[in-house]
Amino acid sequence: MIQAHELTKQYGRKTAVNQLSFTVRPGTVTGFLGPNGAGKSTTMRMILGLDRPTAGHATVNGRAYAEHTAPLTEVGALLDARAVHPGRTARNHLLALAATTGISRRRVAEVIELTGLGPVADQRTRGFSLGMSQRLGIAAALLGDPATLILDEPVNGLDPEGILWIRNLLKSLAAQGRTVFVSSHLISEMALTAEQLIIVGRGRLIADVSVAELTRGTRHCVRVRSPQAAVLRAELAGPDVTVTSTEAGVLDVEGLDAQTIGQIARARGITLSELSTRTASLEEAFMELTHDDVEYRATVVAGSERNAR
Amino acid sequence: MTAMTVTPGTKLTPARVARSEWIKLRSVRSTVWALVVSAVTIAGTGLLLTTLTRGHLNASGHQHIDAVRISLFGMYLAQLTVGVLGVLLATGEYATGMIRATLSAAPRRLAVLGAKLGVYAVVALATCEVALFATFLAGQAVLGHAGVSLAAPGALRAVAGTGLYLTLVGLLGIALGFVIRNTAGAAAALVAVVLVIPEILGGALPADWAGRILPYLPSNAGQAIMNVTPTSDSMAPWPGLALFAAYTAAAVAVAALLLKRRDA
Repeated sequence: MIQAHELTKQYGRKTAVNQLSFTVRPGTVTGFLGPNGAGKSTTMRMILGLDRPTAGHATVNGRAYAEHTAPLTEVGALLDARAVHPGRTARNHLLALAATTGISRRRVAEVIELTGLGPVADQRTRGFSLGMSQRLGIAAALLGDPATLILDEPVNGLDPEGILWIRNLLKSLAAQGRTVFVSSHLISEMALTAEQLIIVGRGRLIADVSVAELTRGTRHCVRVRSPQAAVLRAELAGPDVTVTSTEAGVLDVEGLDAQTIGQIARARGITLSELSTRTASLEEAFMELTHDDVEYRATVVAGSERNAR
Repeated sequence: MTAMTVTPGTKLTPARVARSEWIKLRSVRSTVWALVVSAVTIAGTGLLLTTLTRGHLNASGHQHIDAVRISLFGMYLAQLTVGVLGVLLATGEYATGMIRATLSAAPRRLAVLGAKLGVYAVVALATCEVALFATFLAGQAVLGHAGVSLAAPGALRAVAGTGLYLTLVGLLGIALGFVIRNTAGAAAALVAVVLVIPEILGGALPADWAGRILPYLPSNAGQAIMNVTPTSDSMAPWPGLALFAAYTAAAVAVAALLLKRRDA
């Protein structure tokens, strides 16, 4: 269980994390989602006591991370897969970390096997691909068999096979009752892995929802194509119904489902050439939520924007 | 996941952090090489200079020489390799980002600093003392009748003390590395403190000022430990080394404070 209480981090006048409070519960994969620059990494570093919060505090299993007697067995973390000494072998890297807490050589061999690093374990990490580095980072996180895992963008740079491996690993770790907290800027990835989402933008909490809730909350819209679109539009009108049209003969209807629209059309003898339900994707839902909080947004050149209006 | 084989006795202790630092130190090729280079520098310079001196003595007859200092002369170069290795042990963590893994595994930061200092102190001291004693003995043999034994006044203190001095330079390097957190910057600072500043001030200060300042500069004070006979322009051997140790301790204190306060 990870708890953040009003976490705030300022760098000079810039606020990277702004009064962020949330709870990450055991037994599920919790996605920490937000655009680049939203403060995800900073928040994770504060949870691990690497960065000192300007205000607020974070606890892991009820205590500040640094106060645990055996931190590695409490929390396993992967912050930056490239953050290893390139001249050290993978095994020695893990042995050095394990030694701090008296974790056995056997356990080191075990996590090497578990992460599929066996063939390269005794090579210096200089030549590692990003994918192998990620596996090494995961191996380090698993060293202490911790009840809580904090992983910053673990699928970055992985090939499809590696992504699938991480996805299944995270799910199985959560199924064992562990707390799994994973950051990502890709909702499509989180939709497949996480059950719970903590969404941030510009350092603030935007939403703390389950993936199911987020999907349910998205707008459904029915697209209708008809040669008698204008007639149909009048027939559909009602207090909770919005009808928009982007091209002649096409209506986008919100507030009525496809079945109802079909029945209305049949009753009025209106011909339909298309009747389809469109669910806003999770990506659209996410974009909508974070729209105002994107740190770096491509802006349209001023001239063309004016023309478009 | 596989069955738990994490032993129940797992606990973070200062001794275990030291063990971790020892694994880190020996598992990177560059640190091992830097130690070998330090030892070779001490031996090579010592043997070269004693051999040249013997030739000179044979040509010009007996004259007064400082046989101890000549054989230990390699320390002037070795202080750079030992010191810069100290810098690297600290800045290497920051350059690679490894510091975040290190401090996640061992969040008690002062224990990490202490472990690094302690492990390197033992390793540097062992390396330097072996090289210095071997070079001293070989060098005195080369000098023949002009050579002295370890029993000669001040000889043992000079040889053993030079190893202590070099070790302190290494610890100063670690401290500067943690303060500056950048290899080039910290290495430059170390060279400035140990070599350049005494050299510049030595040339720039008026004579009456020089006598009051130069002996108390860090490296000048520390190197007083090599003086077999007292000289007017330097501190007494042990007080000099003690002053250098105090400078190093001050740098370590600043490093500890900053390590504790700053974000990793």
